[in-house]
Amino acid sequence: MKKIFSWLLILVIVCTVIWLVFWKFKMPLLQQLTLILLMAFAMCLHRIFIGPTPADRAISVDIIGILVVGFCGLMGIFTGINWYIDIAIAWALQSFIGTLALAKYLEGRNFDE
Amino acid sequence: MNEIIGFVFVIIGLIFDVLGCIGLLRLPDVYSRLQATTKSVTLGTCGIMFGVFMFKGFTPTGIKALLCIIFLLLTSPVAAHALARGAHRSGTKLYEKSVCDKYKEEENA
Repeated sequence: MKKIFSWLLILVIVCTVIWLVFWKFKMPLLQQLTLILLMAFAMCLHRIFIGPTPADRAISVDIIGILVVGFCGLMGIFTGINWYIDIAIAWALQSFIGTLALAKYLEGRNFDE
Repeated sequence: MNEIIGFVFVIIGLIFDVLGCIGLLRLPDVYSRLQATTKSVTLGTCGIMFGVFMFKGFTPTGIKALLCIIFLLLTSPVAAHALARGAHRSGTKLYEKSVCDKYKEEENA
């Protein structure tokens, strides 16, 4: 019963955000898509707040790093500025290195082994 | 015409991103969450980047978008594998209804 209720809550929140973004306010299409991506960011942040184990938080940080790359691509289309894609490439590489460091920390080893 | 194809790829990528983040919220276990999110979010971001390439064409910005797809496809599975191994070695429990744990059996043997 509790499980069904929480699924319904998630469904209502997602449908409300989609209704607000696409039908309530009149915006350009790419701005609406960027707001949908921000909803995915909010889900990852919620998992960081409630995550029961440290591994959950590490996974969420990794996923946010990949989402930022897509966000930079969308902003590059939306504003027409070309150097957003450079930020995306640099962020992908840095996020990979950071995730490897977090994985080593989870294993309980030093960084130079 | 190129812009319409680019919009279709961007929308498909966003749908995969949001579905992956719903999986991150709703699945019961660290390993299930990792398995759900890493694949779908990587595919979704690659879709957005391919949409950027369809918008820009064969300019330097479009080629950089293709380069970003290659980086993501190379680095994301390695990071996910390292995270799963780190989580298992740090003693994170599996979901109580899961059937078997091959990695633990191989470590004990």
